[in-house]
Amino acid sequence: MKNMSAKTRRKFLTYAMVVLAFVVCQVLISQRLMSRSLKGQLIPICVYIVMAVSLNLTVGISGELSLGHAGFMSVGAFTGIVTGMWLSKGIGLENGTVCLVLSILAGGVSAGIAGVLIGIPVLRLRGDYLAIVTLAFGEIIRNVVNCLYISVDGRHVHAAFNNPNVPGKLIVNGPAGATGVMKLSTFPMGFVLVMFTLVVVLNLIDSRSGRAIMAIRDNRIAAEAMGLNVTKYKMMAFVVSAVLAGMAGALYGLNYSTVTASKFKFDTSILVLVFVVLGGIGNIPGSVISAALLTVLPELLRAFSNYRMLIYAVVLILVMLMTNNQTLRSTAKRMIPAKFRKEERS
Amino acid sequence: MILFLSYLINGISLGSIYAIIALGYTMVYGIAKMLNFAHGDVIMIGAYLSFCATQYMGLPAVASVVLAVMVCTALGIIIEGLAYKPLRQAPSLAVLITAIGVSYFLQNVALLIWGSTPKNFASVVSLRSVSLMDGQLLISGVTLVTVLANIIIMVGLTLFTGHTKVGKAMRAVSEDKGAAELMGIHVNRTISMTFAIGSALAAIAGVLLCSAYPTLQPTTGSMPGIKAFTAAVFGGIGSIPGAMIGGLLLGVIEVLGKAYVSTELGDAFVFAVLIIVLLVKPTGLLGKSVREKV
Repeated sequence: MKNMSAKTRRKFLTYAMVVLAFVVCQVLISQRLMSRSLKGQLIPICVYIVMAVSLNLTVGISGELSLGHAGFMSVGAFTGIVTGMWLSKGIGLENGTVCLVLSILAGGVSAGIAGVLIGIPVLRLRGDYLAIVTLAFGEIIRNVVNCLYISVDGRHVHAAFNNPNVPGKLIVNGPAGATGVMKLSTFPMGFVLVMFTLVVVLNLIDSRSGRAIMAIRDNRIAAEAMGLNVTKYKMMAFVVSAVLAGMAGALYGLNYSTVTASKFKFDTSILVLVFVVLGGIGNIPGSVISAALLTVLPELLRAFSNYRMLIYAVVLILVMLMTNNQTLRSTAKRMIPAKFRKEERS
Repeated sequence: MILFLSYLINGISLGSIYAIIALGYTMVYGIAKMLNFAHGDVIMIGAYLSFCATQYMGLPAVASVVLAVMVCTALGIIIEGLAYKPLRQAPSLAVLITAIGVSYFLQNVALLIWGSTPKNFASVVSLRSVSLMDGQLLISGVTLVTVLANIIIMVGLTLFTGHTKVGKAMRAVSEDKGAAELMGIHVNRTISMTFAIGSALAAIAGVLLCSAYPTLQPTTGSMPGIKAFTAAVFGGIGSIPGAMIGGLLLGVIEVLGKAYVSTELGDAFVFAVLIIVLLVKPTGLLGKSVREKV
């Protein structure tokens, strides 16, 4: 560990943390020490970690506020469900793991295509406009999925828009969503997806492209003057983020028997944004921890469920005020004893 | 033809509500350069206040509207002072996230106070509907009042920003904050004033919205809020006539889209139009484009 750079050490500590958490969970499961409700939360935790890390790539590393991240999750979820059902029912693929991997890949590819299509117009806009257009796209995706009817008939997949009369067994049933989905998702696969996401995102940040993305975030005009292709790098961050969200979506979709488009509302995008903000904007291990904790916490604090979102809202406002207001920041700093204080980097 | 006219009237009525909400968004954006995400939830609070005043306190409709406007004005000033004023120098991402936080805070407070069961809002307008063309075309009282209120607010605001001292101060602050301060304009007070006006308009919009569509629940404000925001961007954010035109067009597009294309896709239609407009004219219909200087 000694002759590694601080960055590399940080990267490996992140991996180690996730591996350790996975091993602990597996041991607890095998010893039957884990409660049923917590066990049911394991896959959603993996999904939200992937969502938070991928959104952090857009918001923290690329510096673009996206409010439609759940839209990509939705695209991935429904593609994943259709692929999974087609492979297992239509083609007759017996192996569940292969089926799941292919579904997740399909979810990632379709969300990536959606990301390219959305990114072309969106990334021409700046700041607040970008936020509202990503929000608009999230809503459009939700509306469109509400009108989709997809069925599997033998080896064929039929899809119709706004018309429920499709031959074969309906998988996606318009506003009723996907019903009768086989539960293919497993916790080990969730762990693999989290590791994959971390490897992709952390290596991207450390690469030449990652430095270019951050340079554009810090000063677009200066970066452009240095000859960086702004659109290309912004697009790279946006599409990678979309692909990962789509993969998370597929894992999420194949974990429940019924999935409706309303699960991927604007609220879900905001929830993931809360994870990113509380974990620290631009801080990848922070996103992992906050997503895991904040997904489990509501289960543990069931008695306070009415106040959960209220507390989130207050914490969100306070964190923003504390980190961005000079007066509050110095007041908070004075409360920490001098020897624990970190030197301010400018 | 008559069917089309009645859709058009519905669209104008809905669009007028959007326009009133969009005015609040646009004024705040023009002066504080921030998207006040919580605006839609001030609408909902306004509607709840009016509902409580008529149902539990037995106040007449007009008094309930006045009460809602007063409380929402105060609420707007408080929100600005507590959440947004400390972030004047912060990056826009931080302000936007704070605004989302405020929006969630208001929604959840409403959820705790009034519960999630929708309330049936009794219309505050007791005007009779007008029938045209031998009773084939019916214009409801709410529609008339909404359109009228929209015109009055629009004219009032234009006169206010153009001819009064406070209004001129607002325009000066939105042009150049630093220079305005040097000219002796109290910038913070002017910004608070803008939030107060925006929130008062939100209260009126809330009452009109719930008079036309009578289900009231904590999430009532969010979708109209997002759409009015879209309308403000559509018309060119920061411009008062832009908000008016954007709101009206958006309302008409939504109603016609729902009627002739698909009820499910009405909202998608609205957002698709926004994206197309922004692609062609990135600052909206009436927005001024600002050249970037290094």
